[in-house]
This record gives sequence, structure tokens and C-alpha cells, in this order.
Amino acid sequence: MGMTITEKILAAHAGKSAVEPGEIIDVKLDLALANDITAPLSLEEFDKVGAKGVFDRDKVVLVLDHFTPNKDIISAENCKTIREFAHKYGITNFYEGGACGIEHALLPEEGLVLPGDVVIGADSHTCTYGAVGAFATGVGSTDLTYGMVTGTLWMKVPESIKFVCHGKWQKWATGKDLILHIIGRIGVEGALYSAMEFHGDAILALSMDSRFTMANMAVEAGGKNGIFHVDKKTEEFVSGRAKRPYKVFESDKDAKYREVHDIDVGKMGLQVSLPFLPSNAKDVREVRNTAVDQAVIGSCTNGRLEDLSIAAEILRGHKVAKGVRCIVIPATPKIYREALDRGYFEIFLDAGCIISPPTCGPCLGGHMGVLARGERAISTTNRNFVGRMGHPESEVYLAGAAVAAASAIKGEIVHPEEVL
Amino acid sequence: MILKGKVWKFGDNIDTDIIIPARYLAYTDPKVLGSHCMEPLSPDFHQKVAKGDIIVGGSNFGCGSSREHAPIAILALGIPLVIAKSFARIFYRNSFNKGLALLEADIVDKVKEGDVLEIDLSAGRIKGAGIDVVAKPIPSFMIELINEGGLMNYLKKRLETRA
Repeated sequence: MGMTITEKILAAHAGKSAVEPGEIIDVKLDLALANDITAPLSLEEFDKVGAKGVFDRDKVVLVLDHFTPNKDIISAENCKTIREFAHKYGITNFYEGGACGIEHALLPEEGLVLPGDVVIGADSHTCTYGAVGAFATGVGSTDLTYGMVTGTLWMKVPESIKFVCHGKWQKWATGKDLILHIIGRIGVEGALYSAMEFHGDAILALSMDSRFTMANMAVEAGGKNGIFHVDKKTEEFVSGRAKRPYKVFESDKDAKYREVHDIDVGKMGLQVSLPFLPSNAKDVREVRNTAVDQAVIGSCTNGRLEDLSIAAEILRGHKVAKGVRCIVIPATPKIYREALDRGYFEIFLDAGCIISPPTCGPCLGGHMGVLARGERAISTTNRNFVGRMGHPESEVYLAGAAVAAASAIKGEIVHPEEVL
Repeated sequence: MILKGKVWKFGDNIDTDIIIPARYLAYTDPKVLGSHCMEPLSPDFHQKVAKGDIIVGGSNFGCGSSREHAPIAILALGIPLVIAKSFARIFYRNSFNKGLALLEADIVDKVKEGDVLEIDLSAGRIKGAGIDVVAKPIPSFMIELINEGGLMNYLKKRLETRA
């Protein structure tokens, strides 16, 4: 019996020739990641077990991206603790200050996650790295401690679900629209404990940025990981960034899938997910009379250059509606500089946007764009749960950058063609 | 181990932002986390619950982020067990790592808030309020891990042996 790409990567890291879904294996890790909200708990456990160091100082990554620039004293104290840990144990990849970006945009950009890797991160959106053909999954702080100390972690081999996507993309549609559409179709637990594997001509046509967006939201369908095959675009992205060798895996033709879904992206309009679940996906044209107080264009899901370039194209020569706060958050310092060099900042500033430093901030209602009671946001982030961006009686509508930018101009949720 | 506790009912897709909103994630003190547990749905939840009470939920309980603050917040209120139709995977692992027991059983529509249930954890048997069901067995690997005293005890032993 053939194996899927996920099974092959896991087998290779467990020292086995084959693995099957459901099997419990101990896998070797290529990278273990934590951030400023998950590392503190992890470091408490690290001290409690009496660990003397990490398994490999080049393979532990600490990114201070959530409540930074430090939002309050306790956040600052947490960052200080992590900084001291990083220095004490000589952690090579410790990111803070002006070197810091949103972890799931930063790590691929830095060439830290590569095809064929097994990556764990104490952050549920660690699954983002599946875009480069890696197995990457989110874990809690305790599992992360185990991984950070031993370089291994137990895993249950997931079943795989195949999504075959074909057809011609509609104007403005990106990976965000497709992943919202898929989650809408299978539900927030449609891929529970499973691997989501993306195939088809429509996937080959997608940019790397869009693939990161899709893999990022696998967890919103309950998925353990989302994964793409390596193609020319992946190779182009990875070469020049990779500082170590990597191995490319691909699914066998006779690999076993729990389900196969066929999706024609040509029939898919721009998507908006209504509160309070990412699975409440609708065509933006079905969303009427929905005024917004805030538009957020950023996050580990959609804070990359493709997103900023779409936002700039739509916002050029327009003004953000009176009373609407449009917050643009380039995800990393490199993206920030590139957006500046391309002239996007001038467009955003002329339109009346707020340009934020890289931070997860508003996505999780942390800071830099928290909602008041009764307020509503259109956001390119990944979750629209109750109170996600602030007050329990506020609302988040999820969309791609095109709908978010157009809605900021109109002051209500609209398709870009209504403002252009 | 036998647990007996009063039921607090929650629905489907109880996400980690409900269990503990992200704005409290800078805190690691269980007491602080417990005092905000379930706040978006029930701001005074921490005052209403008593030690030994149990949570009963629907499907996909614990979906969302990887924050271990979620099981810590529940445990801080003295709640030893969550019974739900299904659990999100990261929450599942985190709960076992933190010592919060989870049982998979579809009883949310069969119980009322305030019902008292008696649970034989090792057998997974849930009795009371007119029901008598056996939960889906806990994977044997997880039981071995529990018998080792949890993942961190296992790691501690491993490190001591190495030293």
C-alpha cells in the first residue's frame, strides 16, 4: 500500500520504512517553536523537570510576536524571562525587537522550515509550514518542553483527506477564499485529527503566499496539518533561504485517503466567514448591509506581500470610510520594508490607514486594535470566535485582503468591484 | 478512580477563546486564569462552580489555539473532568499533560445543568441522571503515559536516568 506525503515524512522521522494512520510513533524533530504567550508555561516546565539544556540550540526557535511591542508590564516580564532563557542556553534563533515578525511568516522567510521537515510549535497555526511540503503541527507548552529538551515527540499518524482543486480563479480570489470555502464545506471539525492535502491545477497556480494562508487555516477545520507538494514555486522560495539540506517527499499514487474532495475554484466567489465560526463561509455578495468599525489586514494568515499588494491595489486613490479604522500589519520586517519600497505605505497613508509594526496583536484581541462592545471588524485573520478580537459582544468577519480593503473604503462588507 | 460532580453544560465548538480569552494569556498563575474561565459565555462561572463539578460539552470541545492556559483554567476551578462528544486534538493532548481528565461520550443532550453524575474514570463509565454509558476508551498509549505520572514525570525520569 502506498503512503501519503504526511505518512512518508513521519515514517522517515520515526526511523521506519512505513507507518499507518492511527499508529503511535516517536518522531525526531527538525524544529521546535514557541512564542511569548506559550513559552512562559513551557519554560516553567523546563525548570520543573530540571532540564540542563535544549536538544539543539539551532533547532529551537523563540519568537516574541503576540503581545509585542510589549503591551503591558506582565507581557514585558514574560519577554524578559524568555530573553534570559535564550541567552542562557544560546538559542540561535531568538527573535525580538526589529528582527521580529509574526512567527509563521518569519520562519519560512528565514529558511528555518524546509520541505520534508517535522516541525512542532506551541502555537496552533504552526501548520502553516505545510505550504513548503513539511509536516508541521501545533502543540501545547508541555509537549513543546518535551520536544525542546529531547528533540522528539510522540505523534499519532493522522489519516489524510485529499482536496483536488481545479478551475480558473476568479478576479481577486486567493488561497484565503479557497480555505474559507473548504472549511465551510467540511465544517470546523471536518478534518479533526487529520492531514489536509491540497492538490490540483488551481493549487499549482497559487502563489506561495496563498499556500501559506491555506495551510495556516488547516487547524480551523480541526486538522493536524495541512500540506502541499513541492513544485517549482516551492523550490524557488526555498532555494537561497535554506541553510541545510532537505528532502522532498510526495504521496504515492496508491496512497490511501479517508476522503477526496473535488473543488472547482471557478465557481467560487470571494468568501466571507460570518461570526462565530470560520465555517460560516458565504459568497461576499450574499453579505448585505453589514457595516464595519474596523478592517484588519495582517496576521500569520494574511500579512504577506501578496495581501499587502492586493490591499494597495484596491486602496490606491481611495479613502477609508469615515469612522472606520483600517489597520495594516506587514507580518515581518522584510515584508514591511518591501511594502515601503514598493510605495504601498504611501497608498495606505493617503487612504487613511494605520500601519502597525509586525505583531499578532488584534487577531486575538491582545492589543493594537481591540474591539469595543457592539463593534464589528472585517479581518484577514483566522478566527471569528466569540470575543476573539475584544469584547464578547463584538464581531469578526473573516475574509481575504481584497474584501477587507474594499470594505474599509465602503464602510460595509462589499466585493471589491463595488468600490473600483 | 471515582468522581462525582455536578454538571455544567456547554454546547458544540467551545473554543479556547471562550475557555480562557487571549487577553489573559500573559498570566501563568492558575488562580488568575481560573477566574476568567468561560468568561465570554458566563462571566461569573468561576464563582458558580464548586470543586469537583464537571463540564459536559458537545462536539469539538477545546477547538482553536494551542494555549495550555485552557486546561489550567478549568483545573484551577477544581473541575477534574470534561465529558464531550469530541475534543479538538491539541486541547486533548494538553489536558492529559496537565492532568485534566477527558472522556468522549455524547451525553450533552441527555443531561441537565445541575445533574449529578458519577464517573468511574478507569472504566470510563458515566452514571446518573437516568444515564448509564461507557465513554470511548482512552487510547492505551495515553493510559501508559498517565501511569507514568504524565509526560513531564516521564521526561524527568528520563533525564535523571541519563544523568
